[in-house]
Amino acid sequence: MSRHLSTLVTPIWKENPIFFHVLGICSALAVTTRVSNALVMGAAVTVTAMATAICVSLLRPVVHRAVRLVVEMLVIATFVILFDVMLKAFWYDMSRQLGPYVGLIVTNCILLGRAEAFALKNPVFPSLLDGLGSGLGYSWVLVTVAVFREALGAGTLLGFPVLPEGAQPAQALFLPPGAFFLMGILVWVLSAVRRRP
Amino acid sequence: MNPVDVSPLTILVAAILTNNILLSHYLGMCSFIALSRRIDTAVGMGLAVTFVSTFTTALNWVIYHRVLAKGALSWLPGGLGAHVHLEVFSLIVFIAVIAAFVQVVEMALERFSPAMHQALGIFLPLITVNCAILGVALFMVIRGYGFLQSLAFGFGSGLGWLLAVLLMAGLRRRLRFSDVPRGLEGVGITLIVTGIMAMAFMAFAGMVRIQ
Repeated sequence: MSRHLSTLVTPIWKENPIFFHVLGICSALAVTTRVSNALVMGAAVTVTAMATAICVSLLRPVVHRAVRLVVEMLVIATFVILFDVMLKAFWYDMSRQLGPYVGLIVTNCILLGRAEAFALKNPVFPSLLDGLGSGLGYSWVLVTVAVFREALGAGTLLGFPVLPEGAQPAQALFLPPGAFFLMGILVWVLSAVRRRP
Repeated sequence: MNPVDVSPLTILVAAILTNNILLSHYLGMCSFIALSRRIDTAVGMGLAVTFVSTFTTALNWVIYHRVLAKGALSWLPGGLGAHVHLEVFSLIVFIAVIAAFVQVVEMALERFSPAMHQALGIFLPLITVNCAILGVALFMVIRGYGFLQSLAFGFGSGLGWLLAVLLMAGLRRRLRFSDVPRGLEGVGITLIVTGIMAMAFMAFAGMVRIQ
């Protein structure tokens, strides 16, 4: 059991895909202007990562090594398209706000990286946990960045005002430079925290 | 402004300066961080991205508007195609086109220009997973660009990425001799400097405007 637990927890903190592997930074910067966007994007990556992990793990015995990359890409793209279509059908506004970034999950190296490094070599259950862990590791970073950007940049959290009366939100955090600065600072803080024994 | 009215030249300039694919849409960050360590790799990858993004965007435009879009197949006999719309598959098709194009270019380079292949060879396979290229194709569809506009957009985005990564490589060469706080070295300082660069590029904002 403890082995399974560590499979789940390692990608959330110790080997966080964004900070440890520097994967998936693009969307982490792009969709974090609002917490709701970050939550949906995090859900999208988590769900597709889990589904991909299950499929790739199940396909292990039948897929030849030479074509594995193509198969993995197809599996990932299928789930991303499914999520994209569902989002368009049931939550059109959100789909408009996320724009191309849902589709771009396909090239988000977290999915392909985990499929290649883990699901291809492990049975279904651990692969599922690894997918879940990677998704959650990605999501909490997104939500953290989004909390700062929305609270300080727009003065709201999930649409509710949080800044005290009369405080002026710093719009710069909404703009691209703010995203880069915030992400840089987060990398700094986390590496400082991690180095502490 | 209706995107259909924007001239390709405006889109080209905007894609390089004001709507830079990396600095304002955050696409292509992974390879940006990894390859901006040295100027020669930055230039190689930048050129490869420009080349691939120009041609795949044009190719993807043709495929999207002649095969995948709603009603694009209405020329099929018997009214068969009028009700088919394959937009759902555009993601898979775009990726396949990009991957196939990269493969073909790599083979052609190896055969006809070994020198070029030496210079760009290692960067080409990396491009398939560079989200800037796929991002350009997806933006082209969302914004409803025409063919020439898409061509300009693809070319401009590639040049914009080249410019950003080249500037970054130059800056990082200087950074090597500066006293960066521990923990901020590497990725952290690259992100901060990119932020400053994005701020500088925002000064172009008044020049041209798309979306």
